[in-house]
Amino acid sequence: MSAPILKAEKLTKRFGGLAAVTDVSVDLYIGQVHAVIGTNGAGKSTLTNMLSGDLPPTSGSIHYDGHELAGMASHKISRLGIGRSYQKTNIFLPFTVFENVRLAAQSRHPRFWQVWRSATAFADINASAERAIVAAGLAAKRDTVAANMSHGEQRQLEIAMCLATDPKVLLLDEPLAGMGPAESERIVELIGQLKDGHAIMLIEHDMDAVFAVADRLTVMVNGAVLETGTPEEVRASPMVQQAYLGDSFATGDLHV
Amino acid sequence: MNKTSPTLLAVMVIVVAALAAFPFVGEKFYVQLVSKVMIMAIFAMSLDLLVGFAGLVSLGHAAFFGLAGYVAALMSPQYEAGNFWTTLPAAMAACAAFALITGFLVLRTSGIYFIMVTLAFAQMLFFIFHDTALGGGSDGIYIYVKPEMMLGDIKLLDLENFNVFYWLVLGCLVAVYLLLRQLLRSNFGHALIGIKTNDHRMRALGFPTFRYKLAAYVMSGALAGLAGYLAALQFGFVNPEILSWHTSGNVLMMVILGGMGTLHGAVVGAFSFILLQEVLSNQAFFGSVAKHWQLTMGLFIIAVALFLPKGLAGLFSRRGEK
Repeated sequence: MSAPILKAEKLTKRFGGLAAVTDVSVDLYIGQVHAVIGTNGAGKSTLTNMLSGDLPPTSGSIHYDGHELAGMASHKISRLGIGRSYQKTNIFLPFTVFENVRLAAQSRHPRFWQVWRSATAFADINASAERAIVAAGLAAKRDTVAANMSHGEQRQLEIAMCLATDPKVLLLDEPLAGMGPAESERIVELIGQLKDGHAIMLIEHDMDAVFAVADRLTVMVNGAVLETGTPEEVRASPMVQQAYLGDSFATGDLHV
Repeated sequence: MNKTSPTLLAVMVIVVAALAAFPFVGEKFYVQLVSKVMIMAIFAMSLDLLVGFAGLVSLGHAAFFGLAGYVAALMSPQYEAGNFWTTLPAAMAACAAFALITGFLVLRTSGIYFIMVTLAFAQMLFFIFHDTALGGGSDGIYIYVKPEMMLGDIKLLDLENFNVFYWLVLGCLVAVYLLLRQLLRSNFGHALIGIKTNDHRMRALGFPTFRYKLAAYVMSGALAGLAGYLAALQFGFVNPEILSWHTSGNVLMMVILGGMGTLHGAVVGAFSFILLQEVLSNQAFFGSVAKHWQLTMGLFIIAVALFLPKGLAGLFSRRGEK
């Protein structure tokens, strides 16, 4: 296997005396979905926040494409090609789908000083926005105001915005949270397509979805890694079965 | 986003034409009053760039307004005319520089802290000019002769003529409006509105939001400087009062009254605020209540805040949308 595009080593985040994440290492590869699972409070979102620069790690390193990301500002990390979606929907509610995604695409072509041209007049920005909208399956909602869309559509918009920044690494924090079965299926399918050409870290509670798309799994408990490996390895791990998935999991019943 | 409806455009053209024609019919007092209103409208638009579009509520905008006035006064010879071509750029550049330096500090804060820190910087300037001999202390400085606008040996505009000065102010008002309108339609403006809506998300998308806010802050300061420069010329003097927090408060009220986040709202706000002030403090209309005009003004502003959350300009747009 080729070298990982992103290699996080021994990441630790402490909030005062509380260690939210302790010595977590994760490798992400282009063409692979790496799922991170664990109970609420296991430190999954904190891990995402450290990789995206929303939180600086207390210690540890993040190597990406020749750069050290630990402690770098989030906008710089984003510009290096790491896109993320948020667990809590984090979009521009008063804007239309197109304007949300166009703004995301604009960050790759800021043209800070070209104030005499209207923002909507740049063909390259518009084109990448349109591509991301189609890729996320929102073409029919292009001109809908984000606040007026269903929760699932807002989650799709979240992904579309992420895609519009043209990332190599996608950090998806519970993209299926609060979605109905049909919507979930569509997003899982989308993640499967996005794998081609992207390294994806997927944080998700929906085990059906995780086992449908994940190439590798990391199980976190209390801020630390319990097990890492292929889905089969994790499934077979006695520690995981005991600590997280329960006994019924070993018999093939995935609904925990 | 930022689209001007044909109705609004037509209204604007008519208003500008009416303003341009006003000196031909209006008395000197009223021409100067409208000129003052237009200067305050430029001031209010510059603040609206921060409050309405970047979400930065400043209570220290008088710092730029007053600083520009003092630069104009200090650069003018006492009994002769200064040079318009050097004093205006110098006044605006001083404000831009002050905004750049203070912006590095104030933009690290937000919300209530931003209000307090901008206020603190403005108060610092106030006391520098109030308590030192630099700008004539609390008496201020007179500008006996307005600067000259020369082109070679030709006097381009005679600013001592109050009608000519009025048209210059109107020209500045239209230019600032068009400049800001274009700015807000550009990538920069869209990013700014994104930052106002969700700063954190903008950073996650790769926008260096601090730089955008700093640029808006410098731009806003320089334009407030233009207003301050024109005001100093019109009134013929500067004193620390123009730097005081009352001035900052008044311009903020104009923006809120007119409706935040629409440029024409800032203009409507400036017109209504000053004209209301004139009417409410006029004994011919309000008799003995006139000297308590702040009270009636306060009631009016409370009413607008309660019943017209989009300000007076919201009245037009609401009707336009239907």
